[in-house]
Amino acid sequence: MDKSLKWRFLLLVVVVAVSILYLIPSFVRVPSWWEGTFPSEKIALGLDLQGGMHLILEVETEKALANSIDRMISDISDLLFNERIPFDKIERVENDKLTLELLNTGFQDKLNKLLQDRFPNLEKLRYDEKEGIAVYTLGLRASDKEYLKQFAVDQGLETIRNRIDEFGVSEPTIQKQGADRILIQLPGIKDDKRALSLIGKTALLEFKIVNDEYDVKRALAGEMPPDSEVLYSKRENRTTGESTSEPYLVKKTTALTGEHLQTARVNFDQFNAAYVTISFDTLGSKIFERITRENVKKRLAIILDNNVYSAPVIREPIAGGRASIEGRFTTEEARDLAIVLRAGSLPAPVKILEKRVVGPSMGQDSIRQGIISCLIAGGTVFVFMGGYYLLSGLIANAALCLNIVIILAALAAFRATLTLPGIAGIVLTIGMAVDANVLIFERIREELRAGKTPRAAVDAGYDRAMSAIIDSNVTTVIAALFLFQFGTGPIKGFAVTLTIGLTASVFTAVVCTRIVYDYFLSKRRIKKLSI
Amino acid sequence: MELFKPTMNIDFIGKIKWALLFSITLMVLSGVSLLVKGGPRYGLDFEGGTLVQVKFSREVDIGAVRDAVSGLDIEDVSVQGFGEKGANEFIIGMKKTSEELEGISDKVKETLQSQFGVDSLEIRRVEMVGPKVGQDLRKKGTLAILFSLIGMLIYIWWRFELRFGVGGVLCLFHDVTITVGFLSFFNKPVDLLIIAALLTIVGYSINDTIVVMDRVRENLKKMSHKSLPEIINVSINQTFSRTILTNMTVLVVLICLYFLGGEVIHDFAFSLLIGGFFGTYSTIYIAGPLVIYWDKLFPAKRRR
Repeated sequence: MDKSLKWRFLLLVVVVAVSILYLIPSFVRVPSWWEGTFPSEKIALGLDLQGGMHLILEVETEKALANSIDRMISDISDLLFNERIPFDKIERVENDKLTLELLNTGFQDKLNKLLQDRFPNLEKLRYDEKEGIAVYTLGLRASDKEYLKQFAVDQGLETIRNRIDEFGVSEPTIQKQGADRILIQLPGIKDDKRALSLIGKTALLEFKIVNDEYDVKRALAGEMPPDSEVLYSKRENRTTGESTSEPYLVKKTTALTGEHLQTARVNFDQFNAAYVTISFDTLGSKIFERITRENVKKRLAIILDNNVYSAPVIREPIAGGRASIEGRFTTEEARDLAIVLRAGSLPAPVKILEKRVVGPSMGQDSIRQGIISCLIAGGTVFVFMGGYYLLSGLIANAALCLNIVIILAALAAFRATLTLPGIAGIVLTIGMAVDANVLIFERIREELRAGKTPRAAVDAGYDRAMSAIIDSNVTTVIAALFLFQFGTGPIKGFAVTLTIGLTASVFTAVVCTRIVYDYFLSKRRIKKLSI
Repeated sequence: MELFKPTMNIDFIGKIKWALLFSITLMVLSGVSLLVKGGPRYGLDFEGGTLVQVKFSREVDIGAVRDAVSGLDIEDVSVQGFGEKGANEFIIGMKKTSEELEGISDKVKETLQSQFGVDSLEIRRVEMVGPKVGQDLRKKGTLAILFSLIGMLIYIWWRFELRFGVGGVLCLFHDVTITVGFLSFFNKPVDLLIIAALLTIVGYSINDTIVVMDRVRENLKKMSHKSLPEIINVSINQTFSRTILTNMTVLVVLICLYFLGGEVIHDFAFSLLIGGFFGTYSTIYIAGPLVIYWDKLFPAKRRR
């Protein structure tokens, strides 16, 4: 008995010491020698307490498939053209299929072989023949579709991570969620609109030749040349807020994309207006030079996410692979555009599924209210326990204090996040944690009434109350686990504090309080319990 | 100090019929309220929508905010005061959401800023939940509650006996239904936090029931000459002081949360108060009778 008391006391001391060690960094600034030797994690505050932005984006993976089919269509038509295979129409069907009309069925074998060699990820879904025309329906294989979708999400996540890193946010969370969702948490962000446009922009940079042989108005009226399309240049007048949009008739084929981009920088012209200069890698420079050589005197449209930014006339072939994007930017916009271009485009556009922004003052209010309710609730429980169970109540109160210390320390140690519902969880724990002691004390009283000695009554009280304490806490923890698994950020915080609090309460209310009783009963040999 | 006499012997089981009548009435009323209102009123998290919380640094009338927002041509806009009166803080709620980067919350913000001046207001919170996420969350929330009930049933079955498990879980069902009924009656929106509250009620309310059952388990061994209803009644009496004391401390704590915890967790604390209260009641009056009825329907072959 004596020996076990010593060990239990040692355990208590160790737990208290470790807890305080973990708590110190959260409350005082630690000196540099502390870090590295001792834990230096602070209790992380959730977005609802420190302010920030929470986002869930959905990657439109179907669009990634469509993009891939579009690329293949342009590759296949180039190939057929070079191989002199007569074909008529080649177009995308839905997102993951394409149809191809072969004009001369005699070329079938050659076409089949070419497709098999060059486009192994396309499978023949249908084949119809009528009036000498063969119609192929080709589609992506299921495994390739999965791969492309997966790639779109992973690549998108990586790109967004790069953009956020360059933008400079401290401790961002960027995670994949489910198959096609991305969870982003940016603590302390102030300009949510700007951050959002930085993260969510597809940023697909394209260069296309302007078709000046046709009149745009005629094209808009319905006489669209088959190889061209109309894109707009949308601009907003910053002072009046009016937006204008000017149509451009451009060739459908993309001459060059931002894929070959090497850097993007902000520069200022003589009027101090910001613009972005970009430079291409070796391959990109070569392509750029070829395009400019072949299209001298024509206009080259610089297009970002289907919006024409500018369409300067090519005066001479441009070597060296440099270009600039002008668009009446503010310095901030130009900087963000440069970041986005450097980080690369998203392989597929993203949609916002969920957005939550909390301002910093809101969080401070919540913390203040949380602490106040903690103190008042704790105080009331203290007074009640002390009044009802006398000295034993004080022991329970001490256990309760220790419990709160352990919860906070565990939050820091596990790098869990404290949220507003999490604070509510702590408050609730204050109410629930005394339950174990109430159970024990009521039992001890019962045993005393039955005529047992204090020593025997305490032993019986703890022993008999144990099964009820364990069972009732386990069931609550079961519910908390389901809650954790189900919940989003703030709710998870609640589940975490509740679980830690209940687990800790078994230790503090059962193990720790008993040390006190055992000490007084065996060492001091007290004859009467104050309960 | 003692609030309850150790010799107390109240005939709880004798009032089975009244207790059941009361409970069934409440549950039916909850059902009626839900039926009349077409299911629970879902909050932003489950219904989807947009919410903008704005605080003005000067005195602003709610009507002025309404007028400003109604000029935006958005359907289903509601403006509510937030916090105490005179806090000049409002919540602007909209059913609409936007998946575009330029959200409608930005529009609301810009309109308010142009109407009241950029410096006189602060956007404290913006929440936008798409309908898809809302549906997902609703499904996940319902499943979480169902699975936790099943989890309880299995645990109690394993630790005690099936009849206790069934009694306990039916009790929980009773507590949760009545809480949801109250929420519906008072027109409180069900959101993520409320689901958290319901799950907490599930975890917490069974707590009490288990303490009673633990005593029944113990007394079944000790008093083999007594009948099950008698044993249950004795057990409820023996644990009565603990049931009331613990629930009183929790109740006090919840009242603190309700009044001091701030507007955000107001409804959360409200649900816990209701659930906690009925949890205590059902522990005393409902759990026992249910075990007795189950025992009559499916008599236990042997008593441990």
